[in-house]
Amino acid sequence: MSEADNNLVRIRNLHFSRGHSKIFNGIDIDIPKGKITAIMGPSGTGKTTLLKLIGGQLKPQKGTIHFHGENIPAMKTKKLYEVRKKMGMLFQSGALLTDMSVFDNIAFPMREHTELPEVMIRDMVLMKLQAVGLRGARDLNPSQLSGGMARRVALARAIALDPEMILYDEPFTGQDPISMGVLVQLIRSMNDALELTSVIVSHDIQETLAIADKIYIISQGKIVGHGDPQEMNQSDSPWINQFVHGEADGPVPFHYPARSYKDDMLAGQ
Amino acid sequence: MSNSRILEISVGIFVAVGVAALLVLAVNVSNVSGFSAGKQYTVTANFDNVSGLKARSAVAIAGVTVGRVVSITVDPMTFEAVVEMTIDSSFNEVPVDSSVGIYTAGLLGEKYVGIEPGGAPDFLEEGGVIRLTQSSIVLEKLISQFLFSQSDNDE
Amino acid sequence: MFDWFAQFGNKTIEFFARLGKEVLLFIQTVLAFVPLLLRPALIVQQLFSIGVRSMLLIIVSGFFVGMVLGLQGYNTLVDFGAEESLGVVVALSLVRELGPVVTALLFAGRAGSALTAEIGLMKATEQLSGLEMMAVNPVERILAPRLLAGIISMPLLAAMFSAVGIFGGYLVGVDLLGVDEGAYWSQMQAKVDFDQDIVNGVIKSVVFGIVTTWIAVYEGYTCVPTSEGVSGATTRTVVYSALVVLGLDFLLTALMLE
Repeated sequence: MSEADNNLVRIRNLHFSRGHSKIFNGIDIDIPKGKITAIMGPSGTGKTTLLKLIGGQLKPQKGTIHFHGENIPAMKTKKLYEVRKKMGMLFQSGALLTDMSVFDNIAFPMREHTELPEVMIRDMVLMKLQAVGLRGARDLNPSQLSGGMARRVALARAIALDPEMILYDEPFTGQDPISMGVLVQLIRSMNDALELTSVIVSHDIQETLAIADKIYIISQGKIVGHGDPQEMNQSDSPWINQFVHGEADGPVPFHYPARSYKDDMLAGQ
Repeated sequence: MSNSRILEISVGIFVAVGVAALLVLAVNVSNVSGFSAGKQYTVTANFDNVSGLKARSAVAIAGVTVGRVVSITVDPMTFEAVVEMTIDSSFNEVPVDSSVGIYTAGLLGEKYVGIEPGGAPDFLEEGGVIRLTQSSIVLEKLISQFLFSQSDNDE
Repeated sequence: MFDWFAQFGNKTIEFFARLGKEVLLFIQTVLAFVPLLLRPALIVQQLFSIGVRSMLLIIVSGFFVGMVLGLQGYNTLVDFGAEESLGVVVALSLVRELGPVVTALLFAGRAGSALTAEIGLMKATEQLSGLEMMAVNPVERILAPRLLAGIISMPLLAAMFSAVGIFGGYLVGVDLLGVDEGAYWSQMQAKVDFDQDIVNGVIKSVVFGIVTTWIAVYEGYTCVPTSEGVSGATTRTVVYSALVVLGLDFLLTALMLE
């Protein structure tokens, strides 16, 4: 099998800017089928933006994003909605619909997109909830869930239509160690059991390195390094080193760009 | 399930009350019920002057409303006002020699068409014409006539 | 100087771009009414939160407005010995003007602001994005049922307002101030015309329904997804709705009087 066939998503020469600030300045990313790919980088480097670009919610100024060999930015709205049925996305906040119960949230995509009888939907919803361990919470409202539980429910909803790919937006942020462990295990086991392709956007290094098969590190609109977790840990690139080991100063400066400290202090007089 | 049942019932009540309110406005408040529902026939009458009479004004026999004025036009030849009115079919035995006049309900009230039944054995039918008419009283003319006759008497 | 021109030009282009965007979104939303008819449950749900929840406010307000009209109308008419015409005054004021206008203003405050806040918060909590990623178009699933329910609700609410108001005027005029009951109703029936007054009032309220609901839905959908953004959008909904309703009322009245 050639390498091209192995990649579910191929991003080439992607440029994206919002207003005057450039977010991506020509990046190339390959997301292999059946693997967990992590996209990492400091906050504010547009990792979430990247997911929205893959999902077709934003359009790049330049470049291509091929999913199954089709260019997402060039798709018509109708086609785009068809393609999105093959993707699931886990939002940072969970993005559960607040006016319905946990059960109805997971049934929602099934009711919207299939003509299945209610009995069958019930069985499928319970199966998804069982997979994330929250079958007992089906009658709760989203507001009654803790952050970790909300994310697990959102995960169950993301796999409701049996997608080929799941996009995780900062799945570990703000979780206590236990729910973090639960999520790490869930993402790994879902990926293997359902033969999914997973894309994780995160800046939690330890958890991400533990489950990812392939890692890209973005900084200042560019890919500064990629490889498997081991390569990342042993890399001699100062960018990667600073990020992986959490050093305060380095290629990513501690100080926000400003004129010299001395000038600024004297300017007040 | 019971939750969505309550929702459906309350929306049902909402729509029913809204439609009922519209019906009340149409039937009770406005004059839509009038005579448009039942059968009716149309007659016309020519007047020298209809000042103050409008479309939808009442047509009455002995003060009881039996119909409505449909339209008021001017005959281009005779310069008379042609008043077309509909009368409810239950009053279909109005003699052909009846006379019509334009009266006022109260001193400042609405103008209406009053029918004074005649004695002929034949009755008015669809498209019939009432020959005997008495025009609207124009207050200004009446007053000036009165003043004129007063000054005549003074001499 | 050139700077000023450039800025002015930019602002103008920006304005037309926004206007075009809004019109396109409106057309998309209205086109989504067609598939929506196959799913009446969605409309029923919105009729509940938009219509049913505004009903009590509208009925109580209509009752008080009618009573005030009865009181004020009587005091003015009695000077001319024309208190028999109280029914006409109350009914025409309500059916032609106050019914549609006050209902629209109350509706903007009650249902409009709630709609903006709801949709704005859905945006802020990524629910709208979430829908898109679940291949559910938020314009069809969120905006269209709300707009349609608003358009259906408004004339019904305005009719309730007027009907209850006429009854309120009756209570004050006839029961309290002693206007003849027969005169109240018969004069009203003689002077209120179905086509001229009732139908025009309903047309007004349908137009107000479209405008106020659209403003609410649009402000929510395009708000800045932060707490300030949502609160600002909610305020704008009420302010814009009030201004547009009053302005349009003048325009429609002028058109209807020919």
